This record gives sequence, C-alpha cells and structure tokens, in this order.
Amino acid sequence: MVVSISKLCKSYHRGGQVIPVLSDISFDIAEGEFLALMGPSGSGKSTLLNLIAGIDQPDSGSIVIGGVDVTQLTETELAHWRALNVGFIFQFYNLIPVLTAFENVELPLILTSLSRAERREHVTMALKVVGLEDRMDHYPGQLSGGQEQRVAIARAIVTDPAILVADEPTGDLDRVSAEEIMGLMDRLNTESKKTIIMVTHDPRAAKKAHVVRHLDKGVLTNAHSQDTL
Amino acid sequence: MHILKILFKNAFRHKLRTGLTIISITIALLAFGLLRTVIDAWYAGVEASSAYRLVTRNAVSIIFPLPLSYKDRIRQVDGVSAVSWGNWFGGIYIDEKNFFANFAVDARTYFDLYREYAIPDDQRTAFMRDRKGFVAGRKLAQRFGWKIGDTVVLKGTIFPGNWEFVMRGIYRGRDPNADETVFVFHWDYLNETLKKAASTRVDQVGFYMVGIRDPARATSITDAVDSLFKNSYAETITETEKAFTLGFVAMSDAIITAIELVSFVVIIIILAVVANTVAMSVRERTNEYAVFKTLGFGGWRVAGLILGESIVITMLGCAFGVAATYPAAQIFGKAMGAYFPVFHVSPGTLLLDVAFSFVVGILAALVPIYRTLRMRIAEGLRMVE
Ligand SMILES: Nc1ncnc2c1ncn2[C@@H]1O[C@H](COP(=O)(O)OP(=O)(O)OP(=O)(O)O)[C@@H](O)[C@H]1O
Ligand SMILES: [Mg+2]
Repeated sequence: MVVSISKLCKSYHRGGQVIPVLSDISFDIAEGEFLALMGPSGSGKSTLLNLIAGIDQPDSGSIVIGGVDVTQLTETELAHWRALNVGFIFQFYNLIPVLTAFENVELPLILTSLSRAERREHVTMALKVVGLEDRMDHYPGQLSGGQEQRVAIARAIVTDPAILVADEPTGDLDRVSAEEIMGLMDRLNTESKKTIIMVTHDPRAAKKAHVVRHLDKGVLTNAHSQDTL
Repeated sequence: MHILKILFKNAFRHKLRTGLTIISITIALLAFGLLRTVIDAWYAGVEASSAYRLVTRNAVSIIFPLPLSYKDRIRQVDGVSAVSWGNWFGGIYIDEKNFFANFAVDARTYFDLYREYAIPDDQRTAFMRDRKGFVAGRKLAQRFGWKIGDTVVLKGTIFPGNWEFVMRGIYRGRDPNADETVFVFHWDYLNETLKKAASTRVDQVGFYMVGIRDPARATSITDAVDSLFKNSYAETITETEKAFTLGFVAMSDAIITAIELVSFVVIIIILAVVANTVAMSVRERTNEYAVFKTLGFGGWRVAGLILGESIVITMLGCAFGVAATYPAAQIFGKAMGAYFPVFHVSPGTLLLDVAFSFVVGILAALVPIYRTLRMRIAEGLRMVE
C-alpha cells in the first residue's frame, strides 16, 4: 500500500494562540518500506505519525493510502479503516492491564466476524511470531517491558494490517530488549512485507530502516536511504 | 473474550472503590425501600378496603354520632345487602403507648361483612354467647400474649370507667393486606352499660358499615342513603370504604409527602455517588479508551463499555439492597407493629428499586461517555500515567 502525503499542515490552538506543528509536508512512502522518522523533541514526529495512522486530522493537505484519502473519511469510516489497515505500537505499550496477554492480542479481533476458534488461532499465531506463546495467560504487570512490547506488537499484527506505525517503540526499553524489538520489526518488514513507519530517537533503531527522514520544527529536511545489510 | 468480560473486569479494578460504591447503593436502596414501605403501610388500609362496603357517618363530623334507628332504613335501600354498625371506643390498655384500634361493633353482622377476617366457628359462637367477650386480631393477641379466656381491662377515654372484657376469639387476615391488630367487642355491651348509667349517649352509633351487592352501583346507593336523612337533625355522608379510609390517611398528607421527598433525595444522593465513581474510573483510564478507539472500537462500543460498567455497579448494589430490604422490613415491621399493622415490601417498591438503579446507572455514565467520545484519540494517548 503506497502512502502519498502532500501539502500537509497541522497546528494546535491554545488559548487563542496558534502553534504551527507541521508545515507543508509532502513525501511518499513506498509499499514495503521501513521508514524511520527522527528529529528533536517537539518537532512534530508523533503528530505526523498520528495523521498518517488516521488518529488525528490535519488542517489541510491530503494523505492518500492505497487510493483512499484518509483525511476525507468520517470518524466512523476512519475507525473502520484503521481496524483493517493499521497496526499500532506505542512507546508505553498501552496494553490493557486487566486483560491477559492473550486477551490483549485478541482485542482487535473482537471487531471482526471471526469465530472464537478462528480468533484463538490468530492470537496464538501472533504470539508465536513474537515468541510469547508460553506467556499468553500472563497479565501485563507480570511481564517485562520488552515482553509487554512484544505483546503489543502481536496485537498490532494480529489483524494482518498492511501498515505498522510505531512511536518510539524502544524508547522505554533497555538495550537488549530494544534490540529484540528491532529484530522483530525487521522480520515483520522483510518476511511479512509490512510497511513500517517508526518514530525514534535511537540511531541504533533507525539503522534497521531503509529510509530515514528528519523533521525539524515541523519541516521535513532531506531524506536519505540507507542500505540495510 | 467478550466485551462484557472487559466491562466486568473494569468494574472491579478498584475493588475498594467499587466495593464502597456498591455498599453505598445497597444502603441507599435499603433506606429507599423502607421509606416506600412506610408509605405503603400508611395506605395499607386503603388497599385493604373492600369495594363491597360503604361507610355512613354524621355529615358534620365523624365525632358526632347517628341514631341507631337509621339501621333499618339503610337496610331497605335498593342494592344494600347488609348493615353493621360500630363505635370507636378509644380504650387504653394499661398504658397509652400500648395503642391499638378498639371498636364496639354489632357482633351479629360484623364478621359477615368483614369476610377478610377469618375466625373459627366455635370461637365466633363463644364470642356471641359472651356479652363481655371480645375478638382480637392475631398480631394484637401475639403482641400482648393474650390467650382465649384471658380477661383484659381497657380504660375508657370517650366512655369513662374500667371496662372488663374476656378474650373469646382470634381472627386472622385472609389476605396479606388485612389488618390483624384490631380489637372488637359487643356494641350491645357498651350500649347497655350506658343505659344503666342513664347516659345521653344511649342508642347512638359512630358509623354504619353498609354492604352492597354491586360495587358499580356504589354512587347511586350512597346518594340514596344520604337522601333518606336529608333535612333530618343528623344528616349523613356515605362514601365507599376506600374514600372513607383515604380521608383518614389524607390527614397525614404532609408527613407522607415529606417521606416521599426524602426517598427521592436518597436516589439523587446515590446518583451523585455513582456518577463520581464512574467519572473517576473513566478519567483514570482515558488512555485506555484512546487505545480502544485507536484499535477501531466505535463510539457505541466505547459508550457501551462505560455504560455497562456503571450499570454493573448499580445493579449489584440494587441486588444487595433489595436482598437487605426484606429482613430489614421484617425487623422494622415488628418494632413498629402498633403503628403499621401491615408492613410488607410491595412488588411496586422492588420495581422502583430496579427502575431507579437502572436510571442512576445510565445517568451516572452520561457525562463520562460524552467526554470519552469527544476526546481526540491523539490527545487521549498522550495521557500516560
Ligand atoms: N494537544 C496539543 N495541544 C497543543 N500543542 C500540542 C498538542 N499536541 C502536541 N502539541 C505540540 O506540538 C508540537 C509537536 O508535538 P509532537 O508530540 O508531535 O512532537 P514529537 O516530535 O513527537 O516530540 P517527542 O520527540 O518529544 O515525542 C509540540 O510543540 C507540542 O507541544
Ligand atoms: Mg512524540
């Protein structure tokens, strides 16, 4: 699914004051690309990621993904679109603490018409991909940060979306766990052909990406592709 | 996993908070249930009144009597099946705090007219044979531990002197609304005693109880009875037993209104408590609702999660409250038996309990639902810990 962003602008209003966050952003993301968004804190990375993922609305500009301009969808259409096309990975994992690993991964499948058995199959498969099938009955509180993030990744991929968005997925992890997560993301990109858009501060994490784009004060500076080994 | 499971797990995430809220609802509904039952008890006499009976009294006031001679004329009115009469005796048993209703009634006709008072035939015969005999309701006899054959002395207030009676029978109510605390004795005994004392109050009746064949004709019969005595020195007012009893209840109208008001205030307080709990929980979990929305959960599902949690909490409180109301009403009823002869939790009260709990559950969730639906996902996600 190709992502085509053009003339994207976004600002926040606070107390009558307009705070511009993104100005005139245009770029494309190829199908199967692994993109890293980098830049200083407050430069608008999360904002841009949220816009692409369809959980925020721009002031102007368009984001066409797989032929659909997501900025034109209603809230309900957008919710449906997200459920089908985007998997989310957050810095703080954002698992539901009262649900087990299995139930957390099953969450997006509640919205589908899959049977109980089919759901079980999908969830087990996703947990297997992240190497946590033996922890499915654990609650988030009983898992390490790295394991929690792997559960979150399983939840992101269980519906088999074409696009994965990740906002600092290793931001809260130690080096070893971070490397595990990045290895996993890499595999999802190469083996499962997921388009990945990842915000990160971590140069080591960014190394796994094919393309790195830098944002500074809401403006895109030049992109550079890097060859992964 | 079903969405219901999430909602139950959410409800019990803060066990202490949810527990306290549920206890508050339980106590509030218990209070509500008892207050409603007090109001019902007040109206129990009205509920128990028979459509087949009219009451005729002095048009000026119930405290003025009617001549005994009216009985034959009333009996001749078309549609009247039976006539009985009585006087409020107002006797005191040992102490004023032992209050109970006691009447002098025409023994020959009384129990035929009051079919809801079941009295064994042999006891009734014994009562008829003893001029000084009396019959008491089951609860009244129980209250003072009276046995058949016991002598009971009432101190007269309206009719001075110490009056001696012998217990000849105990009646039971045939239906749950029947008053089982009444004391009745022979009107003839009262009248003859007055005669001996050469009282001016001889052959005077406090009220007539008139049996009719067809309740649908009640209005025309009341008119017919009252027109008999129009322009006589003792004019009458005849009304259905229900209207008559309601007249007494109406005297305490202000108290009932006050109790009613308090019962609704209790519901409003409980709404505030539940609303606070739900609002607090939802606010704490803003981030999680943002995640649900991110994953594609639509407005209805998110609203359902919040509403469901609120209703689970209130309905649990409701269930405990209802369960507690029965034993509490029983204890309360025993303690207040003298004032409330009939003290039952009515199905109507239960229905109100459930209905109000449900409404409270819904109202308490409204603001949190509105806030959560309006919340922008990107902002909700920002609210970490
Ligand atoms: N809801 C909001 N209201 C007002 N300003 C906001 C809001 N959300 C973000 N901003 C501002 O927009 C700018 C960009 O925020 P954003 O979160 O996209 O930055 P970021 O590049 O992800 O930063 P970080 O690396 O710290 O996560 C910041 O200056 C931030 O203060
Ligand atoms: Mg950010």
